[in-house]
Amino acid sequence: MTTIQLLKGHPLSSKEHATHALLYMWKVRKFEEAVKDLFGRGMMHGTMHLSIGQEASATGMCLALDLADQITSTHRGHGHCIAKGADLTRMIAELLGKKIGYCGGRGGSMHIADVETGNLGANGVVGGGIPIAVGAALASKLQKKGTVAVSFFGDGAMNEGAFHEAANLAAIWKLPVIFFCENNHYGMSSSTDKAFAIHKLSDRGLGYGIPGVTVDGNNVVEVYEAAEAAVARAKSGGGPTIIEAVTYRWEGHSRSDKNLYRTKEEIEEWKHKDPIPKFISILHEKNLLSQVEIDAIQQQAYDEIMHAVNEAVKAESAEPSGLLDAVFKKVSA
Amino acid sequence: MSEKSDTNNRMLTMAESLREAMTIAMTERDDVFLMGEDVGIYGGAFGVSSEMQNKFGEERVIDTPISELGIVGAAVGAALAGMRPIVEIQFSDFTAQAMDQIANQAAKIHFMLGGALHVPLVLRTPQGSGTGAAAQHSQVLETWFANIPGLKVVVPSNPADAKGLLLSAIDDPNPVIFLEHKLLYKFPGRDAVPEGSERIPLGVSKVVRRGSDLTIVATGIMVNKSWDVAEKLAAEGINITLIDPRTISPLDMEPIHESVRETGRLLVVQEGPSHGGFINEVIARVSESPTFGSLIAPIKRLAGMNIPIPYAPQLERAAVPQVEDIEVAAREIVKNWR
Repeated sequence: MTTIQLLKGHPLSSKEHATHALLYMWKVRKFEEAVKDLFGRGMMHGTMHLSIGQEASATGMCLALDLADQITSTHRGHGHCIAKGADLTRMIAELLGKKIGYCGGRGGSMHIADVETGNLGANGVVGGGIPIAVGAALASKLQKKGTVAVSFFGDGAMNEGAFHEAANLAAIWKLPVIFFCENNHYGMSSSTDKAFAIHKLSDRGLGYGIPGVTVDGNNVVEVYEAAEAAVARAKSGGGPTIIEAVTYRWEGHSRSDKNLYRTKEEIEEWKHKDPIPKFISILHEKNLLSQVEIDAIQQQAYDEIMHAVNEAVKAESAEPSGLLDAVFKKVSA
Repeated sequence: MSEKSDTNNRMLTMAESLREAMTIAMTERDDVFLMGEDVGIYGGAFGVSSEMQNKFGEERVIDTPISELGIVGAAVGAALAGMRPIVEIQFSDFTAQAMDQIANQAAKIHFMLGGALHVPLVLRTPQGSGTGAAAQHSQVLETWFANIPGLKVVVPSNPADAKGLLLSAIDDPNPVIFLEHKLLYKFPGRDAVPEGSERIPLGVSKVVRRGSDLTIVATGIMVNKSWDVAEKLAAEGINITLIDPRTISPLDMEPIHESVRETGRLLVVQEGPSHGGFINEVIARVSESPTFGSLIAPIKRLAGMNIPIPYAPQLERAAVPQVEDIEVAAREIVKNWR
């Protein structure tokens, strides 16, 4: 197991911070590519929801968080999990149904949680994690812990009742929570144009008295700056914020997706807005990292993922024995 | 049974005993809090939390907007983050609004997430017919919850049990659905309620009375109706063992097997509709065990009709088993199968 080494702060504030931001974006990208490859080779079961193209939003948000701050995530949650500091081997192992996987093979891709890094879990139900994040924020307030909870969700979840009820509770109780909407333009095949009568999804906050901000979700610097402001507001008792990070998923919704609802041209257009080269060009502009350093970071991300895959493939498979005993937590005497 | 240890002969209503349990738990530990619609100054729709906000303040007895999904979801999140929330949902019918958080989140988190997290949450909610509130305020939904692995389901039938069971439910590290029959709130039970903080463990069926002619297994208010029948028939020489599972999930079958082996006759009673009902599980477990060989009579079940609960009092009464129905069934089984 690797030790948790997160570096909080503005991605342009130092060489270390820039390295960290780039490394994590690349880790997410390489992780998703590895998952796609494992699927293609028939080594992975079930389905997959890849976040390729959305690396800046998960990374930018988590750069503003402390280890004790909590997140809830979605079916497309690998990026959030990695950006919050999860162990890559245990993640891959879970996807491969191994005993050392985060859920011991019982949850799979959509249910990874990691207590140590404050990840309260991905979720298979659209919007399911939003009220849970509000509850974590309520606990933080009642216990005076000073932590913030972030709920990651997609554009589709904004039309779920869960979002609306959770937003209202957070607003009336001024809870330290951030509603982080990754608007990737599609809920499965439903485009935001068809599913919303508003253009800026952050405007949804108006009805609840929650400030909303819309940022370029493919620009990690912009995402971080919005995240930092929202965290500061939440931690100082100012209450919730909605952040809409406008981004795009390159891959289909899941492995069954034939991309019938969008054009190749549209996908190609968004590939030109790739968040990783976008950040690299900022780094060049600011002279923060050299090309040699950048190449080394990319290699490190690749090596870490390959190491995780190799370790996970070798690990012992989960066994059905003991499943009945796993339903409830044992009552201590 | 621990509840017999009381010497003060304190007779409380179930609303009072539930309030006492919550008060004890909230006094014992800081992480317990109560949240729900109108639980504060109003005291809850049935007065269960009356005066509690005065005692514990607005941060520990939290009035919420009408927002069942939001409330239960927030309770799940608070439980994950180290608190022990008690949520009151005003009528169990309204749990339908919150079902994702109950069934897909709270129930599954411990298992699905590999045991890393757990949800110490109690959801208290009134259920049952008899108040003329019609189909959307009168259901008995215990079977819904019992069919979801990961939930513990408690159905108290009297104030003394309600107190000890609620204290255990609050201690439990798992989500517990605590279903209170609304007709029981205002009436004292037969047993005194102990003053202390004694717990009654979840998953232990209670043998309410013993007799060798017939075993009745009943849930919730049907335990009380069955008791009345047992009293009446005892005078005629028909002796009934009455078993109250108290926790319908997990279900403690042992006292049921033991009693049926002795009586050879089994009558099961629930208020909810018969189709797919909880009592069918009791019947199945008896039928697939060696206990089946002890039966000398066909098993009989009494349950609600398979209809929504109607409004008019005569229609409402007809929809669920009444004392007379239980009496007729009990008498017939014993008389017809000797």
